[in-house]
Amino acid sequence: MSELRFTKDHEWVALDGDVATIGITAYAADQLGDVVFVEVPEVGKTVKAGDGLAVVESVKAASDVYAPVGGEVVAANTELGDSPETVNAVPEAGGWFAKLKVADPAEVAALMDRAAYEDFLQTL
Amino acid sequence: MSDADLKQTPLYEAHLAAGARMVPFAGYSMPVQYKDGVLKEHLWTREHAGLFDVSHMGQARLRGADPFAAFETLTPGDFTGLKPGKQRYSMLLNDAGGVVDDLMGSRPDDDGLFLVVNGACKDGDFALIAEKLDGVAELERLDDRALLALQGPEAAAVLAKHAPAAADLAFMETAAMTAFGVDALVSRSGYTGEDGYEISIPASAAVAVWDALLADERVKPIGLGARDSLRLEAGLPLYGHDLDETTSPVEGDLTFALSKRRREAGDFPGALRILAELAGEGLQRKRVALKVSGAPAREGAEIADESGAVVGVVTSGGFGPSFGGPVALGFVPQALSAVGARLQVIVRGRPQAAEVVAAPFVPHRYFRKKA
Repeated sequence: MSELRFTKDHEWVALDGDVATIGITAYAADQLGDVVFVEVPEVGKTVKAGDGLAVVESVKAASDVYAPVGGEVVAANTELGDSPETVNAVPEAGGWFAKLKVADPAEVAALMDRAAYEDFLQTL
Repeated sequence: MSDADLKQTPLYEAHLAAGARMVPFAGYSMPVQYKDGVLKEHLWTREHAGLFDVSHMGQARLRGADPFAAFETLTPGDFTGLKPGKQRYSMLLNDAGGVVDDLMGSRPDDDGLFLVVNGACKDGDFALIAEKLDGVAELERLDDRALLALQGPEAAAVLAKHAPAAADLAFMETAAMTAFGVDALVSRSGYTGEDGYEISIPASAAVAVWDALLADERVKPIGLGARDSLRLEAGLPLYGHDLDETTSPVEGDLTFALSKRRREAGDFPGALRILAELAGEGLQRKRVALKVSGAPAREGAEIADESGAVVGVVTSGGFGPSFGGPVALGFVPQALSAVGARLQVIVRGRPQAAEVVAAPFVPHRYFRKKA
């Protein structure tokens, strides 16, 4: 699996072949606070980059998670239904939301690497 | 409103020092959460004691020949019957019977009526009271006082160390006392459903009192986020969300605050509408508590009946950490307001099951003296 790539909306993407695993960053999870509900997409759904992919809810508010790249949903992390707190505990591992079969892997390569994302966080 | 226009309570620096995340609320920069976050702060308050800065709320004294009778002309509460040492929940009403604000009125001492109103409404409330009671009673704003709430099952033991007289109070009782070396107005009340106190002190003493209470390991600072989830689980309406100037006390499920004597006299603003609604005539909607299945239904979510027809709206909702699931308050037609009524809430375009339940979602644990 490749190293993680990041978006300005604080999603991460890990590409393995043409399958991208998607979650939110530790920074995003900390900003949201304690996650109490996660809505993941149906397997088979097709999304474009920028489409809503999942919804995370903290005690206070609901936040959309956008698809960083386009593709077809091939897996969804339904375990988050029973244990949404996983998003806070291990946001960049077990807290993933969905896996997409990506149409164009180059879309992933165009996203920020960790150093660029860390620099971006410094500007916030 | 830019951040520069926001007012600060006397505890602003103390909040920053405690790691607060500050947000605009009622014209003030207020702590929405501290380092532990909303969930842990909520649960801590239910298990131990939470300390809240509510200094944004409006405090005032109403004085005069008979401030209690004067105040009754604006409210449906029994204030002439309010005994020294007692506190009462009430509301300001407009002539159409709508709630202008909800409030606490109390007699901690012999200095007239002590009022605490919502922060976002205080300027309007105090202007209204001063204008309507001009020549009858005098209103003095107490902008130089801070207000703290200490809430939770360990609140009484904590405060007893600093203010022994506070232990003698029961729920909705109040007293003026010397505590923390200053003059304090202490009431046994709050807005979390837990036992606890609200403590009015001079603003100049706020930091010292805050620090003294936090020095006790049973006490943690709690932000507005958990204050909201605590009051929601307690089934308590929040003005500006669950109540507004169009909402009558009957619609708002606040009939307990309509005094029997005042109902019989029918001598409060909007009495025509309110008494008719009490008699079952013309009641358009009623506030209910909803247990929601699935995702939390937030303020603004539509409520539908079982056929899918939209019948109402959620006015506040979220996840109840102690309840262990999504909870909401909202308004529906009276015919659908009975406990057990099956409804739906529309979240992100999809219907989810919801059921009218008896409030509160989490049992109140107020301290009541045994008869």
